[in-house]
Amino acid sequence: MDWTTAERAGTLQPSLPRMTTDNKQISRSQATAVICLPDKPVVSITPSASWIALDLKSVWAYRELLYFLTWRDVKIRYKQTVLGAAWAILQPVMMTIIFTLFFGTLAGVKSDGIPYPIFAFAGLLPWTFFSNSVSNSGNSLVSSASLITKIYFPRMIIPGAGVCAGLVDLMIAFGVMIPLMIYYRVPLTLHLFMLPVVIIMAALLALGVGMWMSALNVKYRDVRFAMPFMIQIWMFASPVIYPLTNVPQRYQWILALNPMTGIIQGFRSSLLGQPFHWPALAFSAVITVATLIYAAYFFRHMEKSFADIV
Amino acid sequence: MKPIIKVENLGKQYRIGTRSQSYATLRETIVEMARAPFTKLRGTNGGRADETIWALREVDMEVAAGEVVGIIGRNGAGKSTLLKILSRITDPTTGRVDLYGRVGSLLEVGTGFHPELTGRENVYLNGAILGMHRSEIERRFDEIVAFSELEKFLDTPVKRYSSGMYMRLAFAVAAHLEPEILVVDEVLAVGDSQFQKKCLGKMDEVAKGGRTVIFVSHNMAAVQALCNRVVWLDGGKVVAEGESGRVVSNYLKTSFSALTERIWDDRQTAPGNDKVRLHRARVRPQHGHPSDNIDVHTPIVVEFDFWNLVNDAYLNLNFALYNEEGRNVFQTAPANETEWHGRAYPVGLFRSSCFIPGNLLNDGGHRLELLVVKDQTVVVYSDTELLAFEVRDDVDVRGGWHGKWPGAVRPNLEWKTELLARG
Repeated sequence: MDWTTAERAGTLQPSLPRMTTDNKQISRSQATAVICLPDKPVVSITPSASWIALDLKSVWAYRELLYFLTWRDVKIRYKQTVLGAAWAILQPVMMTIIFTLFFGTLAGVKSDGIPYPIFAFAGLLPWTFFSNSVSNSGNSLVSSASLITKIYFPRMIIPGAGVCAGLVDLMIAFGVMIPLMIYYRVPLTLHLFMLPVVIIMAALLALGVGMWMSALNVKYRDVRFAMPFMIQIWMFASPVIYPLTNVPQRYQWILALNPMTGIIQGFRSSLLGQPFHWPALAFSAVITVATLIYAAYFFRHMEKSFADIV
Repeated sequence: MKPIIKVENLGKQYRIGTRSQSYATLRETIVEMARAPFTKLRGTNGGRADETIWALREVDMEVAAGEVVGIIGRNGAGKSTLLKILSRITDPTTGRVDLYGRVGSLLEVGTGFHPELTGRENVYLNGAILGMHRSEIERRFDEIVAFSELEKFLDTPVKRYSSGMYMRLAFAVAAHLEPEILVVDEVLAVGDSQFQKKCLGKMDEVAKGGRTVIFVSHNMAAVQALCNRVVWLDGGKVVAEGESGRVVSNYLKTSFSALTERIWDDRQTAPGNDKVRLHRARVRPQHGHPSDNIDVHTPIVVEFDFWNLVNDAYLNLNFALYNEEGRNVFQTAPANETEWHGRAYPVGLFRSSCFIPGNLLNDGGHRLELLVVKDQTVVVYSDTELLAFEVRDDVDVRGGWHGKWPGAVRPNLEWKTELLARG
């Protein structure tokens, strides 16, 4: 008798492998019944051009990941510390005390008629936020190498989360500003409404600089060492611990080129009710937007090679 | 039918050294630019073209919706690069891929797990990283936890987990991804066998749910069990593709080379150490030479000739046999040997032979791992691939059927059928 191959297989093979073959056939027919493919590809993967679109749509699609990464950063930052989130407050407070001692008391820096401690704290608050955000997001890509090489998502989320976690710290540190303002009897003014605008500007500038640094950092690890140094210089070039009026008139324009000048002045003005320096603020806004756009394109340009070189 | 994945002329070029020396320093770049400003401007062509390799070249493939496709090949064949391109982690250098569905990739189990966070928190974080929405995670949370069997440890930081628990939680999250296309790398290589079975079961379930799966593995048994079709890559190119059983057996045939006899004449340099050195190792049919064919019925002899270099040593030769799927077929030691077992060996040349009866081994490649044990406990010498041989199938007995007979062994067992009652 001449058995066909299939019959032979059926009689000889134990039942298990045969079952799997049957199931596969079932699943295949099910699949054709269930799946209805779209006409156009959902995703097309091609070698990318050197300058590519920002693709903010996919960033928006992954907004929940931004939330979770921010939440993770905040959650783990103060793990296994005794003081916990109090560090977010202590950092600017300690700096305020030190600067008050050295600049306010010993050097006698004039602070536009405002008590020096509150003057310094109102400057250190946005500055601490800015510098922490820049350094966090600047190092974020390199420290997320294991994510970058294993899974796809819009990479901008990573430095973005660094800035968002900084915002949380800023909110916590703000808790000190309120008793300080009560103690020094600083009245609230309508200027306070500008505060969110200024904070958003600071956040966007931090995001721009942070994104730029993080992308550079992937390729040139020098950034990690240069960044703290750069941030330190930047602080002294911003009116954080001294007012702009203390700078000789003919050098003031140099400081005005620094986008943080307008932001810090704006922050202080909204809280302490001083007049706004509108031109400086407008200039800061322009620089912020320009930095952000340039950094975003630069980031996208570098993005495709992250997984290969990180 | 229209494919759900369409790969055309796909290529990926790496600059050699990008992987090992992964980043340049600013200083180097400046120096390099100062030295040769024009090579930089001309792009990568000028003089550096030969420093690149193609990890993937001219790959074309199509995958239909609902198919489970296995990707096999040696290390460095381009499997991982292909997966990385499909999951959009890295860009191709040439060609294009069109995906007609959402891709979820699982190149590593537990990507983004943070040791300081609790199990519960990591489920959310990992889920979000894998592209799940929060509502989706919440909806499937109980299912995920049940799959992981870690209900009691959900609020413990994962750094206190054992590695097995960690893997279980991580796989549980990944297993509940619901993309149309699932790309999976060698994730089953980890964990205990019971967990592996569970993972394979889950993968099978996913495949039956009508989703498309691309699966890379070195575990040929898993590939054959899960995949309808297999693509075999070598040197970045597709060597063969088709029905999984056929491609896998061709792959195993070429990747397997027999090594039935090895001789070392020099007592100073032969493999071993100052206690014991091998002179010769061979595997042959009981009535034949190492070069003769061995089929499933052939009784086999394995012989080891070795110099014992230390007086009064209590030596014990042990070997384990593995089949081509990497499964341990058996392990044996000369416990029932009457002449020398349990006696002190004087310095000298010895021969130990082991007789493997016919009708025991299944067909396919086998690898022999040797362990020389002293005083019952100390391993003085081992070689994981001392010998390798192929057991051929006997086609006559099996009629025209060419499928692989399953099982690690193929004993010729006695059967008896009786008529107990007529009518």
